[in-house]
Amino acid sequence: MNSKRMHAYIPRTMISALLILLAICCIMPFVIIISSSVTDEMTIIKEGFQLFPRNFSWTAYQFLFQHPEDLLRAYGVTIAVTVTGTVGGLLITSLLAYTLSRKEFIFRNPLNFYVFFTMLFNGGLVPYYILVANVYDLKGSLLALILPLMVNAWNVLIMRTFFVQVPEALVEAARIEGSGEYRIFFSIMVPLSTPVFATIGLFLVMSYWNDWFQALLFIDDRAKLPLQYLLYNILRNAIEVASLSRVGGQTINTIMPTESLKMATVVITVAPMTIVFLSIQRYFVRGITVGSVKG
Amino acid sequence: MRMISITSVVKRMKKNSPLMTMALPGVLFLLAFSYGPMFGILIAFKNYNYEQGIIGSEWAGLKNFEFLFSSGAAWSITRNTLFYNSLFIISGTIMAIALALLLNEISNKLFRGVLQSSYIIPYFISWVVVSSFTYALFNAQNGLLNPILESMNMKPVDWYTDGTYWPFILVIISAWKGVGFSSIIYLASILGINREYYEAADIDGANKWRQVFYITLPHIKPVVIILTILAIGKIFYADFGLFYFLTNQSGLLLPVTDVIDTYVFRTLQVTGDVGMASAAGFYQSVVGFTLVLLANYAVRKLDNENALF
Repeated sequence: MNSKRMHAYIPRTMISALLILLAICCIMPFVIIISSSVTDEMTIIKEGFQLFPRNFSWTAYQFLFQHPEDLLRAYGVTIAVTVTGTVGGLLITSLLAYTLSRKEFIFRNPLNFYVFFTMLFNGGLVPYYILVANVYDLKGSLLALILPLMVNAWNVLIMRTFFVQVPEALVEAARIEGSGEYRIFFSIMVPLSTPVFATIGLFLVMSYWNDWFQALLFIDDRAKLPLQYLLYNILRNAIEVASLSRVGGQTINTIMPTESLKMATVVITVAPMTIVFLSIQRYFVRGITVGSVKG
Repeated sequence: MRMISITSVVKRMKKNSPLMTMALPGVLFLLAFSYGPMFGILIAFKNYNYEQGIIGSEWAGLKNFEFLFSSGAAWSITRNTLFYNSLFIISGTIMAIALALLLNEISNKLFRGVLQSSYIIPYFISWVVVSSFTYALFNAQNGLLNPILESMNMKPVDWYTDGTYWPFILVIISAWKGVGFSSIIYLASILGINREYYEAADIDGANKWRQVFYITLPHIKPVVIILTILAIGKIFYADFGLFYFLTNQSGLLLPVTDVIDTYVFRTLQVTGDVGMASAAGFYQSVVGFTLVLLANYAVRKLDNENALF
């Protein structure tokens, strides 16, 4: 597509090679974690973590699934929080974004500012903590993991910008046929905006699935700990690992696969998020670019 | 001037009422979780106790701030926060633009898509998980890095107690996690540039570097400016997870890795000193807000079209 001159400066193969190298750097840590999780514990202790599995062993996963109660419970909490938060967040965010995209909405400008201002100014951690824990009284409740992350200005503004691009004529035509706002929203806007719904949905899934901060602040009850927080505990101390696999005094002869167990837990934590990302990514680039470049 | 009669306003309000109910839940959420804490910021001037609540607690004047600024912590956490964030903004922006320029040279869409996806994956991983990666690299017993250093006849490093290398480590990890994502937006605006400019430049005999400097970069300037203003607005806010988990909360690393966010959290969680934590939070909010206004003002002076507001 371009002149031959550029080949004199940076040959295209070199660019490709560099980009492939960078891609390997991005993927490498995942490979290390996966291979360490299936490497024999003694090998890790003697020779350190592995890039490629040597002395292959499923022991870590076997330990993990022998008594999976804690892990399953944390999975349950995270899935419940993620699903509720994402569905609710998508609905509320898109409704607000839709009103901000309508030119005839008289509060459009003040509301735009109302949303935008939350990106500029922030009350900080202490008032936030006191408000959620003491005033709203959500300490110890799963709602403290769900509600605070549901609506944020960035997501609203990306969606608004996407909705603005939907041809006005379609909305007008529906209005002439007598459709109300809700009908226009659900039967015209939503179907035409798959990329942005996929994108914001992915952002919400990500923020819920990866959240440990809300749990760090508001959850003390072990039964309500989300996956990331459990993982954090496991990475922090081997005692957690011991209680997780419940080896106790029964299996004195086997070495506790502490290190590989940590890595196996990481694999189990990351896998669903990666799968969601890979299945949504074809919408993702379009959603994020249409929504934010022109914003 | 246009006259607006009260009846017409009422009429329009009525017509807008479905839109108002649609906006309501989102408005309430922002009120509860964004605006609420903004008013709670008063707490920095109070002698807070849990019994009396935010409104009932006694006023403390500037006492909380005196404690904060006489503790010596204020200076070091401010310095660290500004230092790391400036480093992240500069290195991150340059790398993201460079990556976008390189990706733009790949004309095979499938190949480009695969590359782009692999750069974005780290963005979707939590800091807890990233800390397991760094643990695999740095830990003293079986980390990957020390054996490599030894094989190159270099002294092994006690990563979690020696602060020397952390500025580099944090910049590299932060780039690893974020650059792929930011490059999407830059690449999209590069791909949006009309191809005719490049064709014309080719005919005029401009080489690739000149095309980058005279066509591509000027075209993506508005996007760069907007993203940079937003980043400067957040320059007083550190990425909590990065500084909290990656350092394993090692006390010995605090002089080089303690930032405002980790300080506030630690003060609140460990010592339970609400006064000092909220004073630090207030300082963060107000200076952060001032900086975003200043950044925007500067852009408006230089180049009115690209200002954010």
